[in-house]
Amino acid sequence: MSTSVRTTPPAPTAPAGSSPATGRPPGRPRRTGWYGPAAANLVVGVSALYALLPLLWLLVASAVDSEALFASDFFDPSHFALFDNIGALLAQDDGAYLRWYGNSLLYAVGGAAVGALISTAAGYVFDKFEFTGKRPLFALILISVMVPATVLALPMYLLASDLGLANTVWSVLIPVLFNPFGVYLARMFSASYVPDEVLEAARVDGANELRSFFSVGLRMIAPGYVTIFLFQLTAIWNNFFLPLVMLSDESLYPLSLGLYSWNAAAPINPDYYPLMVIGSLLALLPLVIAFLLLQRYWRSGLTAGSVK
Amino acid sequence: MSTATERMRTATEGMSTDNDSRRARRPQRLAVSTLLGPFGVLLVAVFVVPTLYAVYLSFFSTSHSGLGFGNARTAFAGLRNYTAVLSDPSFVRGVGITLLYAVVFIPLVLVGALALALLFDSGLIRARQLTQTVLFVPHAVPGIIATVIWLYLYTPGISPVLDALQGIDITVNFLGLTMIVPSLVNIALWSGLGYTAVIFFAALKAIPRELIEAAAMDGAGPVRTALTIKVPLVRSTLSTVAIFTTIGALQLFTEPMLLAKATPLISPRYTPNMYIFDAAFTRNNYGLASAASVLLLIVCCALSFAVTRGSAGSARRKTRVTSSRKARP
Repeated sequence: MSTSVRTTPPAPTAPAGSSPATGRPPGRPRRTGWYGPAAANLVVGVSALYALLPLLWLLVASAVDSEALFASDFFDPSHFALFDNIGALLAQDDGAYLRWYGNSLLYAVGGAAVGALISTAAGYVFDKFEFTGKRPLFALILISVMVPATVLALPMYLLASDLGLANTVWSVLIPVLFNPFGVYLARMFSASYVPDEVLEAARVDGANELRSFFSVGLRMIAPGYVTIFLFQLTAIWNNFFLPLVMLSDESLYPLSLGLYSWNAAAPINPDYYPLMVIGSLLALLPLVIAFLLLQRYWRSGLTAGSVK
Repeated sequence: MSTATERMRTATEGMSTDNDSRRARRPQRLAVSTLLGPFGVLLVAVFVVPTLYAVYLSFFSTSHSGLGFGNARTAFAGLRNYTAVLSDPSFVRGVGITLLYAVVFIPLVLVGALALALLFDSGLIRARQLTQTVLFVPHAVPGIIATVIWLYLYTPGISPVLDALQGIDITVNFLGLTMIVPSLVNIALWSGLGYTAVIFFAALKAIPRELIEAAAMDGAGPVRTALTIKVPLVRSTLSTVAIFTTIGALQLFTEPMLLAKATPLISPRYTPNMYIFDAAFTRNNYGLASAASVLLLIVCCALSFAVTRGSAGSARRKTRVTSSRKARP
């Protein structure tokens, strides 16, 4: 019924035509007729279309000129203008889009790489060590997962202003390093990926605890690190409220905030619509590609997060 | 592994020559503080301090003397900020809109995702891995871009959907009075449905197969097995996801902020979060904004407490199995 089902070749257990959509293993007759599986596949298929069609629209709308965009005429090759659109996007506001793209990469990749390491180290400590105040501290971390980020944005802005950090790269980069859910995940990954025996062996060999984390623990927990990195990358790339509060200098904007400022202009100046369309497409590509390439990592993260 | 330990040994020679009793404790404490230190600093700097500061600010009011430049006088206001927020019609209206949104969105996403996950778990679905990936992809789309896509699909003149509907003589105003909340729900549903379904599916896969086979043996059909065996066994996952979905729904911000540029129906104080943003950065009333933030915080904590309590029974049963971790010296 689970994964093994898919490895067995779909044997025709029912007469042709009566069971168009079953992946059921041979020798396990079901009392439902052909309509059960067909309806199930229909429901899932419609949901998949619901997920996919808006993205397909974005894709085809990015590839045509504005005349075709407003006429929803996507299949006339004479309106193909993907490269013109990209050119216009990059030229707009003296290359603002590329600058925002670079900022987003810096905030997201830098923040997630460092933040995931901090969370992994903390989760490892919670799994492998006993220390005073461990339980209340972990409870505090779980509570902080529940607290809406927007609640903290105003006090954080005021504190950053006092420290002279508001409207700087740091005002966006430092808060996103904090990932309490990553600590929770790392603790579980540490428990399942890093056997205590290995650490014990390192201890007997005379390695100190710190060194055995960096040379043994971190290596074994690496898949968990990638999972946490991926989730944090998404969260930071999507982050909108914090930069909106912290940044007033347009050259520091991440893509989310940059596109937001263009969106405000679009109803007044329709020239911004094609820019928003191609700009949105290019902005979502890195994450979608990362998720497709690193499937097993987010799957393991969701499994770890859900089964507890 | 042996090369790693070898390297470790050579590297640590000379460091680990302390006597045994000290070696047992000191390095551990050093490791704990070094590895936990950076996270601890962040926890204090971007969570504990801002939270306490928000609570502190909510009890003070700032009045600007003269023209509002400098010389801001801060005075203790007691609960006045709270009463001001709670008696503000625009805040109350925002709460009402958010509740309406949550009441429509949460059951839709939870029931829809659970149904999809049960279908995936039934073994009837073809190309399951591929379909799950397709369903998950919208989650990787940034919220702001998801909103832009749907906003354009709602906008007459650019939307192929509206053109097609026009073709069969149906005119819908997705940004009109009756459709605005469903339109917001749709954006969130599109982003969250597949993601939630994959989480539920992961939980369903962890159910021991013998239980399901036993139910089938007893004559329970697939639907009955799903509803009476599978769903109760993933209750703790359901309630965890329900808390996060609810907290997310109460924070509704990005989508209405973007749609606000396209429809006058969305005011700057349309949801509690927008109210907080407006109070803090348009009206510069930090006390009011903080009071509203703290109220939101209290609601979120109360909700997660209630739901955690509600499912405490099943959660406890589960932890007993999974947390049998070895005791450490």
